[in-house]
Amino acid sequence: MTTEVDAALDRSYVQLDKVTHTYGRGERQVRALDETDLRIDKGDFIALVGPSGCGKSTILKLVTGLMEASTGYVFVAGREVGAEPVRVGMAFQNPTLLPWLNLRDNVMLPLKIVPPFRQDYRAKRKTEFRDRIEALLTQVGLAGFGDKYPWQLSGGMLQRASLCRALIHEPQLLMLDEPFGALDQFTREELWAIMQELWMTHRPTVLLVTHDLKEAAYLANRICVMAARPGRIIDDSVVPFARPRTVAMSYDPEFVSLTQHLRELIVSARTTVEAQS
Amino acid sequence: MSTEKRRQLASIALIIGFFVVWELACIVFGIKDIVLPRPSQIITTLVTRFPAILPHAIPTLVNTLIGFALGIIGGVAIGALIGSSRLAYDVAYPLLIGFSSIPKVAVVPIFVLWFGAGFAPAVLTAMILCIFPIVVNVATGLATTEPELEDVMRALKASKLDTLLNVGLPRTMPYFFASLKVAITQAFVGTVIAETVASNRGIGNLMMIASANFDVPLVFAGLLILALLGVALYVLFAVIENRVTGWARRKDEFAGG
Ligand SMILES: Nc1ncnc2c1ncn2[C@@H]1O[C@H](COP(=O)(O)OP(=O)(O)OP(=O)(O)O)[C@@H](O)[C@H]1O
Ligand SMILES: [Mg+2]
Repeated sequence: MTTEVDAALDRSYVQLDKVTHTYGRGERQVRALDETDLRIDKGDFIALVGPSGCGKSTILKLVTGLMEASTGYVFVAGREVGAEPVRVGMAFQNPTLLPWLNLRDNVMLPLKIVPPFRQDYRAKRKTEFRDRIEALLTQVGLAGFGDKYPWQLSGGMLQRASLCRALIHEPQLLMLDEPFGALDQFTREELWAIMQELWMTHRPTVLLVTHDLKEAAYLANRICVMAARPGRIIDDSVVPFARPRTVAMSYDPEFVSLTQHLRELIVSARTTVEAQS
Repeated sequence: MSTEKRRQLASIALIIGFFVVWELACIVFGIKDIVLPRPSQIITTLVTRFPAILPHAIPTLVNTLIGFALGIIGGVAIGALIGSSRLAYDVAYPLLIGFSSIPKVAVVPIFVLWFGAGFAPAVLTAMILCIFPIVVNVATGLATTEPELEDVMRALKASKLDTLLNVGLPRTMPYFFASLKVAITQAFVGTVIAETVASNRGIGNLMMIASANFDVPLVFAGLLILALLGVALYVLFAVIENRVTGWARRKDEFAGG
């Protein structure tokens, strides 16, 4: 049904049309996002990279419908954002788990809220849902930790649980705002592999914000580079590497030259800002 | 564990010590019963005249608990409203502050006028005395919910009610229980005030009559039983608080239970 609508309106799954965003008003206005167009196909994996303050989180919040665009339109699944019947999963740099619930119940939260799962919540929370959570926790390396409370776990474990919470309701749209940013290198690489596997099995449409260019090149199909003041997309390139990708591949010459190229783009975007100010 | 035990023993010893000093001071300085009875006299009075005191203690306890229960229901409802709506906050806060600055003794005659003497004024006075801390704490807890938690709920397209039930209220529980411990003692104050002014039953009334008869040990026996009831309820809520909101203090008993 959604595909019909998409075809009829010729819209991508996620589409930003001439979107701008300005925080605050009057004297203290900040133009976080200059006129931006962005199209994301269904099931695609996009990474957003760029210097701090260039509006990456702003784009994520606009697509999730947490804020309204100042001007322009945001469409998701052919409808204006907010009206669309799309399940969204979200994970941030902080795990943002609820401290009064154990890990299992934290991961259960979306099933309690989001249709169609909420209709079955009472009937299935002790059986089917519980098994699903157990399976997902096992997949991210948290087998047997379902009864633990957030304060009893390390930051890396919390971040894994937060990813589970973003994924448990099989979101069609997955929004990741630096979810691996606070982790050590090894945990991060482990989670990249898990993330890739989850994406390849469920095929959600993913928008990943990251500061780690290697991470962007490892995970994404497309990388958008942004510049700051005002925030805008200055480069949009396809990542051609075959899947499943491995950490070993990140030492291949093509991989290295891609991250090098991205790096140069971001550095030049930063220096132009400094020259202006 | 041993430091905890030692701390408990020390506090018990200090409390007993306080009454021993009181007892000794009364004997050494020859203070008369009619001014300040000795603790041993108060306890003796409480025990020997317990059959006469009990019929007064029960209505006081019942009225307090009913008033307290109403205070919780009203307090949570108003607090939830104020905490989740900007408009309600702006309207209700000045009203509440104004209302809470009125000395509560002054409203007892109004309740008597409306409902007659006895049961109703005691319950209502208990309620209005304990409602304010509950409202303020529930509202504060809700209003300070982390924006990130709200973002999580909004990304799931949760309704306002879902957000309130799953994030707002659980997060507010530590504030709520902190207020209950204050509120229960306030409820006792309210009941006793009302009984003193407008009832022929209850500990407040008993103490009024006893002091009119210069039966000072009985007055103090009344005070003692109020203190005991207050402490008992305080402890009860502290225990429940520990079970329910242990997460806020990262208690391992909470995780176990
Ligand atoms: N709530 C807000 N009020 C006012 N200005 C804001 C607000 N949020 C963000 N901004 C401004 O908007 C701009 C873009 O912010 P945004 O959070 O989107 O950046 P970002 O690319 O995610 O940065 P980072 O990589 O550091 O997370 C910044 O200049 C920031 O100062
Ligand atoms: Mg950001």
